[in-house]
Amino acid sequence: MNGIHDMGGMHGMGPIEYEKDEPVFHHDWEARTYALSLALRLGGEFNLDAARNAIEQLPPMDYLRMSYYEKWFVRLMNYAILKGAVTASEMETGKPAPGSARAIPGLVADMVPGMIAGGASARRNVIIEPAFAAGQHVRARNMNLAGHTRLPRYARGKSGTIIRDHGVFVFPDTRAHFQGDKPQHVYSVRFDARELWGGDRNPRDAVYLDLWEDYLEPA
Amino acid sequence: MPHDDHQIPPSDPTLRVKALESLLVEKGLVDPAALDVLIDAYEHKIGPRNGARVVARAWVDAAYKERLLRDATAAIAELGYGGSQGEDMVVVENTPDIHNLVVCTLCSCYPWPVLGLPPVWYKSAPYRSRAVMDPRSILREFGLEFADNVEVRVWDSTAEVRYLVLPERPAGSERLNVEQLAALVTRDSMIGVAKVKLP
Repeated sequence: MNGIHDMGGMHGMGPIEYEKDEPVFHHDWEARTYALSLALRLGGEFNLDAARNAIEQLPPMDYLRMSYYEKWFVRLMNYAILKGAVTASEMETGKPAPGSARAIPGLVADMVPGMIAGGASARRNVIIEPAFAAGQHVRARNMNLAGHTRLPRYARGKSGTIIRDHGVFVFPDTRAHFQGDKPQHVYSVRFDARELWGGDRNPRDAVYLDLWEDYLEPA
Repeated sequence: MPHDDHQIPPSDPTLRVKALESLLVEKGLVDPAALDVLIDAYEHKIGPRNGARVVARAWVDAAYKERLLRDATAAIAELGYGGSQGEDMVVVENTPDIHNLVVCTLCSCYPWPVLGLPPVWYKSAPYRSRAVMDPRSILREFGLEFADNVEVRVWDSTAEVRYLVLPERPAGSERLNVEQLAALVTRDSMIGVAKVKLP
């Protein structure tokens, strides 16, 4: 979607606000929100693409106003209700509904080190013939989809060069909406700064994006 | 002040998060001890010191550096790092002619196993909006000025590949050992907004 999250190339966002010796979390509730989000996601079929999509669904004003972990907390509450893990009335009272069944946690302490070390690669070990090869000129398709996508607006319709084939990965545009993995090649594509931003840019500068095959066409 | 103030859902995030956590725990959906282990890992164990060891090793070991630039995921795993949000890694090397900068314009993608969780500025609108369009202005804000004949490469983490910058080894560091070198390497230098300097 053409949302407020797609920020590359916007003006007016101001200077970088740098905090020296920044802590990993600024408040205990940020740490708990972070950990709850990861723990709960593991218990269901929620995936990283759906999780990103949920943040993108926030109203633009809220997206800009809220801190990073405030957005995570709103997502967490919405997800808990959406998945039926918690009902709206339980959320209100803060107590499980009388007689409700007790679940088994999807993530217990012993599992955490393995979860961190193992990760959850979006790579798929399937053989798919790549449509493009390193050195080939391509164009990012001009498309404006209402759903989740990882093709930023600033690259659409622009031409670049394939630098490397990263291999086959699940496709976020479908997985975010639980419409399947649609595995396909992801390529590192180099776009000259002048192609993206105009002729006054340094002719040497470039931006590299990792783009799924469905985002690309021959140039 | 209304009498039933305490019945209004708390607006303080501390109370709201606590309330949600205790509800999820009571329902058996979450193991609070798992949350503690997860938080401890990213507060105390996984952070930029990991990435610094990778960088220092690459500086002193040419064969390792070659492996790191060819297959970063495997080379980083040699030092015991990998997993969540670093499943597929690429390392890009700074040289006198090329400077690399990493961003995620769409959200907050960042190589957790080697850098930990990202700082607020990396996830902020100013950085995400400007890094791809005007990286030299970002670099100037961080005190770095590059001549026109230096190529600035910005890596927008749009997919599930995570990027780590291999900064240049500072001149005058020839006599330092790998531990001393690792101590010089900062988080910012591995994102590409700083150079590594001698103290």
